[in-house]
Amino acid sequence: MAVAADLPAALKERFPAATARASSDHPAFNVPSAEALPVLKWLRDTQGYTYLTDVTAIDWSQDQSPRFTVVYHLLSPETHRYLRIAADCPNDAEPEIASATGLWPGANWHERETYDMFGIKFAGHPDLRRILMWDGYPYFPLRKEFPLAGIETALPDAEVAEETKTPVIAAPMMGGPFVATSGEMNLADAEPRAKDESWTERRPKPEQPAN
Amino acid sequence: MAVGRLGWFTSRTNLMVSANTELGYNSKIEGEAIVTRLDSAINWIRTNSMWPMPMGLACCAIELMATASARFDIARFGAEVMRFSPRQSDVMIVAGTVTYKMAAHLRRIYDQMAEPKWVIAMGACASTGGMYRSYAVLQGVDRIVPVDVYVSGCPPRPEALLDGLIKLQEKVKREPAFRTLHSA
Repeated sequence: MAVAADLPAALKERFPAATARASSDHPAFNVPSAEALPVLKWLRDTQGYTYLTDVTAIDWSQDQSPRFTVVYHLLSPETHRYLRIAADCPNDAEPEIASATGLWPGANWHERETYDMFGIKFAGHPDLRRILMWDGYPYFPLRKEFPLAGIETALPDAEVAEETKTPVIAAPMMGGPFVATSGEMNLADAEPRAKDESWTERRPKPEQPAN
Repeated sequence: MAVGRLGWFTSRTNLMVSANTELGYNSKIEGEAIVTRLDSAINWIRTNSMWPMPMGLACCAIELMATASARFDIARFGAEVMRFSPRQSDVMIVAGTVTYKMAAHLRRIYDQMAEPKWVIAMGACASTGGMYRSYAVLQGVDRIVPVDVYVSGCPPRPEALLDGLIKLQEKVKREPAFRTLHSA
């Protein structure tokens, strides 16, 4: 099959369940999680999107369903076009999706990182271990319920923890968070700085108003 | 060897006008012998041959390398021999962000260093966690190893690290070296 001139139409024709996804930069599509791999394979084999640049995920927060969305970014080295494919994970409590390592071996570490940060299991992954945090770390740090400062837990090495009497502590947030306020000011002035808008040790985090 | 080098040192100071109060010695009168306190001799040797364990973990490591380069030349202070084996190093320079995952390894490397050993926390991250107020970063390397000198900066300039090294040398010069050796 030749490379389609009108990719959205060709994709919809081939995969009727795919829908266009709001995007401010590259073409993006929502696909059902079961169809994610066939769509990726079709894009790779027939449409020239041979390079998987990124696999990541979104946590839409605890009260949303579907809660987790896995996002794939593809690049076509021939046309220099990017493409985004998003697939919602059906299970909110134990999100799982098929691994793309069979299509791109490079997906291996991307999926390990996504698993490490969000706890999304990639079925069929050859070596689904944590990649940034240590093995045995009990939390998934990029989930919405996880505080930026962290949660107290034990050091990775029990022997060192015993000797130093030091746990993994929640980081002091006094004066924080330290963020750049993009859009509000000149970029040259947008150095990360203390906003002191969030919770600190002295002031608890205020309740978020419902949207 | 040490006595020979000390003799050379003092004969040079006799030629130059120098206020060397530590080693009052005149080879014309006393011959090839030297009188000093054992502590100051040991500490003099230690301070001028501190071999660093370069614990380069982030951008501070670049400044650490610059400190070793010709322009700043850490060799002037006898600390140019970067030893990547903890067995052969005296001062661990923690240069960079220490994550919790790395912290245990850092502590083990410190444990493998032979006594006497010292630690310089170079830069904001090693000293306090720096800008990384996060779940992943150790909030100051002094939580797991005893730190002798903190160097501020993000990253510190090479001069600042040299200043830290000189401060550490001054601290080592005051140590009761012989008593520590004897009781060990």
